[in-house]
Amino acid sequence: MKNLFLPCLLTLAASLAYGQPGADIVGRIVGGQKAVIAIPDFRGAGRAANLTAVFNETLFQDIDQAGVFKMAPKSMFPLNVPQRPEDFRKPLQYDPNNRTRAPWLLDWSEPPVSSDFLAFGYTAEQDNQLVLFGWLFNVRQPEVSAAQVIGKIYHGSLDEEGARKVAHEFATDILRQFGVESLAGSKIYFVSNRSGSKEIWVMDYDGSNQKQFTFYKNLVTMPNVSPDGTRIAFTSFAGGVPQIVVHSLETGRKIPFYNQRASMNATAAYTPDGKQLIYSSTASGWAQLYRANADGSKLERLTNTRSIEVEPKINPKTGNEILFVSGRGGPQQVYKMNIDGTDVTRLTTGEGEASNPAWNPQGSHMAFAWTKGYSPGNWNIFIMDVATREYVQLTQGAGRNENPTWAPDGRHIVFSSNRGGSMQIWSMLADGTQLRQLTSAGVNEKPVWTK
Amino acid sequence: MNIRRVSVLALALSLSFFAAGCRKKVAAPPPPPAPAPVAPKAVVQKPMIVFFTAEPSTIERGQASVLKWEVKGADSVSISQGLGTVSATGNRSVFPSSTTSYTLTATNAGGTATESVTVNVTAPAAVAPPATPAPSDDFGTMVAKLIQDIYFDYDKSEIREDSRATLTKNADALKTIFGKFPNNTLTIEGHCDERGSAEYNLGLGDRRATATKEFLTQLGVSADRLRTISYGKERPTCTESNEGCWSKNRRSHFAAQ
Repeated sequence: MKNLFLPCLLTLAASLAYGQPGADIVGRIVGGQKAVIAIPDFRGAGRAANLTAVFNETLFQDIDQAGVFKMAPKSMFPLNVPQRPEDFRKPLQYDPNNRTRAPWLLDWSEPPVSSDFLAFGYTAEQDNQLVLFGWLFNVRQPEVSAAQVIGKIYHGSLDEEGARKVAHEFATDILRQFGVESLAGSKIYFVSNRSGSKEIWVMDYDGSNQKQFTFYKNLVTMPNVSPDGTRIAFTSFAGGVPQIVVHSLETGRKIPFYNQRASMNATAAYTPDGKQLIYSSTASGWAQLYRANADGSKLERLTNTRSIEVEPKINPKTGNEILFVSGRGGPQQVYKMNIDGTDVTRLTTGEGEASNPAWNPQGSHMAFAWTKGYSPGNWNIFIMDVATREYVQLTQGAGRNENPTWAPDGRHIVFSSNRGGSMQIWSMLADGTQLRQLTSAGVNEKPVWTK
Repeated sequence: MNIRRVSVLALALSLSFFAAGCRKKVAAPPPPPAPAPVAPKAVVQKPMIVFFTAEPSTIERGQASVLKWEVKGADSVSISQGLGTVSATGNRSVFPSSTTSYTLTATNAGGTATESVTVNVTAPAAVAPPATPAPSDDFGTMVAKLIQDIYFDYDKSEIREDSRATLTKNADALKTIFGKFPNNTLTIEGHCDERGSAEYNLGLGDRRATATKEFLTQLGVSADRLRTISYGKERPTCTESNEGCWSKNRRSHFAAQ
């Protein structure tokens, strides 16, 4: 099992590392290693100077988080950092020990930096706006004239918001060169209790800009966002019992949704076309799965067991297979069935308890939480190839790790973990590396990563 | 080989020695064997009860009185009313439901000493096994006084044996309460411990509340007076991560509305 899975994993890791193949740049990288990029701190002129810290942090994190590059260590950088292409001066003879002379490509490509790429430039204030002059050089080229990959001007407002914006845009352009969709601009919806009760909150994918989205002053939880990013469905206790509530993400306003008469309607998820919702309801007694139009009409019951069934998730590519959690065979496990309720199979082995299935955007793998190998309540994040049912464990017993969902790039996972003491939102690359804590105030859980 | 045999032998010997010693000690009768030849006329005094009290000596039903005693020179001390053998000095809380006399008996070879105390129990507002509420109590107060939570096993919604008795009492009390308050309803909240997933627990809490409601309606409580809600694991009463806490959280709670 393990040996069988290894090549499959490596393939996954390879596709994780390089995104879609094809870009010449990727093919150039020797031995399938990650390309090394050097990102020295950019300087800022005038009022832009105060914003360089935010800018540099954002740019570095965007590139680092993408997971396609190895970041060259800043402490190894030469003293003389270029700010414009004109700063490069080809020496008559390259001397690696003389690091004070004019910058040259070999300063970056030779040890100790040993980088493949260099992102450089500067920010300035212009007409009360923030302007970024950004370049990406391939420092393996012999001449400056052949080195430029990107040379572009970016505009933003003269504040931290603007500094983040131009950094995100520059990072997006860099990553696009490597066939990678940047996560800059993507958002994470999550549940936080920091206002006093659990409400839906939203933040940028890197944890910045955290804002409260719902104001029910009640228990609001278990969000799911429509694939087009226009609506959010969640479970709210504001009506007395748990019910499904839908809001527009464009206006923030509540959208009508018909809740069938039940002591519980919960854990709703959208179909890929956004026209239907599948959810769990106790309308007939036990919590069972139902499908309805996006406004709650045209109900259809999908499962019929005397067990608890929750968390239906529809394959975003095929729109057919539903992953769900059921107690029909004993402790909760992840199952799969067709959208009409046929062809039910258990995906997890039956060991421990399994929950929180989440399709990757490609509809091939699921991330989920499992207590396999641990006592009840000690959840870890796993990924499973749904077709072969081969799986890999991404977290290793550090606290409770739950509710994984995929980033739009299909390469990152956001989840909640109490490894630091309290339950917080974390992100990581889908191979378990690049762990990053995104929240710290209050209790935060149930993240959903959207475009 | 030899060494092992020798050591086994030694072990067996020492074991038999200890065993013999033990047996002798246990078998020894209460009168101490020593005094016979040497001591000059061992006249054993009968034990002395220094004190035996009940504080307070008058309680309301349901309250506790503390028995305290000290005895000297006794080989065995016991207290009546089922308290049984006790140490020479001690105290014990008792909850008599009516006026009760407790007799302390201290014995040794020389004889027996006894002493009695009486705990007077007054019948206050409370009479029935479930404390009877005051006539002025409102719906919420009566529910809080008379209706008890029930508890569940992990990942289960079946009514446990111990919960059946509780629910039977709850059903009787509910009939009384609903008779007095014909317009009120009761909400049965289903709760879970923190270990299962929050989503699954929402379904499990619902099952617990529903199973509780079904049990009560089978005992004749009107179904339309009972609502159910699941809080899953969102409203724990206890927040530590241990079975002591988890068992308190796996419950059906009755909330007056």
